[in-house]
Amino acid sequence: MAQPRADTTTKIILSASDLHRVVDRVAHQILEKTSGATATVLLGIPTRGVPLAQRLAARIHAFEGIDVPVGSLDITLYRDDLRLHATRALGKTELPGGGIDGRRVILVDDVLFSGRTVRAALDALNDVGRPSSVQLAVLVDRGHRQLPIRADYVGKNIPTSLSESVRVSLSETDGLDEVRLTGSDK
Amino acid sequence: MIKHLRSAADLDAATATLILDTAGEMAALAGREVKKLPTLRGRTVVNLFYEDSTRTRISFEAAAKRLSADVINFSAKGSSVSKGESLKDTALTLQAMGADAVVIRHPASGAPHRLAQWVDGSVVNAGDGTHEHPTQALLDAYTMRSRLGRIDGLKVAIVGDVLHSRVARSNVLLLTTLGAEVTLVGPPTLIPVDIAAALSKTTKVSYDLDSVLPEMDVVMMLRVQTERMQDSYFPSAREYSRRYGLDGPRMRRLPEHAIVMHPGPMNRGMEITPEVADSSRSTIVEQVANGVSARMAVLYLLLGGKA
Repeated sequence: MAQPRADTTTKIILSASDLHRVVDRVAHQILEKTSGATATVLLGIPTRGVPLAQRLAARIHAFEGIDVPVGSLDITLYRDDLRLHATRALGKTELPGGGIDGRRVILVDDVLFSGRTVRAALDALNDVGRPSSVQLAVLVDRGHRQLPIRADYVGKNIPTSLSESVRVSLSETDGLDEVRLTGSDK
Repeated sequence: MIKHLRSAADLDAATATLILDTAGEMAALAGREVKKLPTLRGRTVVNLFYEDSTRTRISFEAAAKRLSADVINFSAKGSSVSKGESLKDTALTLQAMGADAVVIRHPASGAPHRLAQWVDGSVVNAGDGTHEHPTQALLDAYTMRSRLGRIDGLKVAIVGDVLHSRVARSNVLLLTTLGAEVTLVGPPTLIPVDIAAALSKTTKVSYDLDSVLPEMDVVMMLRVQTERMQDSYFPSAREYSRRYGLDGPRMRRLPEHAIVMHPGPMNRGMEITPEVADSSRSTIVEQVANGVSARMAVLYLLLGGKA
């Protein structure tokens, strides 16, 4: 993990145990809102949405013994800001065996910010099938939406300023579970 | 990321691996019902072909279209080139039309390098004279990796008309960068003196096909390019075929897992027999399919980011 610079403040928003509780709660909410997660598929958006989707599926299985198919949906080729950055490497897109046609797809991502990633994900979904409905689950909603998009399941709402950044760390990708808020809070 | 793809030597191991990984993701998309991606919407790719080509031109066109780029096909026949327009003036015309990438095939070695000095967009070499054909090398490397699982440490024989082969040159450069060991095989008249040393330190040369076959993981047969042969490089087609053609008995000298490749178009019965070309070891049809994925990866990585 990179050490935060000395002139920036950093605050731990969720510790490892907080994060696990939040995932547990969202898993319960999914079960409640979808009446037992029938005909439901969890699709994680790389990078950190994928392990989150797998954790949600594992928790749902632990609570009610229901197996929810998990996949990943890379949205790089659908981004609207490709020309603003150097070329990005692609992530993996892996749909679960039965596909997504006629099923309820729950998109899973770590942070909901401008909403542009979700917009790209909806476009990408359109090209891989026709789900009966699409929902969105995020670990952190930090506000500042630029598009009319909202999440159906939110782990934690974190009011932020635009100069701050939210960093989600997961043991699968970063070696530890934690959510930090860094940046100038003048 | 690099701006142009003029030579396989433009690619270091990390960039080449990134292209192959990206090609893998693109290949996964090819199995979908909707194959089109919005990624290069609004970008223009010009296919500038001064030489005949089937698979390369179609492959680049399909790759650009799947990424939603606008494609302009330009072939020298039926254009102002037949009225005597120079490459530079054609390039300036394309520049004025706002081409974001120019894919060029040209009979003169080095034409893509010149073109890159005249246009602002990216230049992709689709074969220049007897010099290079880097996207062919990429699709070949991708095919090897998907069949054999790796490139590092593979032993690869490139057999036949090395002298006139841009495929051979690009493959030696790329495969060496990725850690394979290449042996060039052919009659002495068709293997330039010192080519192995000039291209890489690990490349070997052999004039005896039968002796190298038992230890190879990959055999890549080259087309005998009769259209480029003004002199007689070998006594007869029959003799060439006897000594350097890949037939059934020779194929059975290869290790069990080894694959047979050919960039196409084939001269069946000359450098490769139908028995070999149509066998399960042959990757010839796969190579064509992989060509679209590899070229999508190249176009995405050259054009997908900030210009």
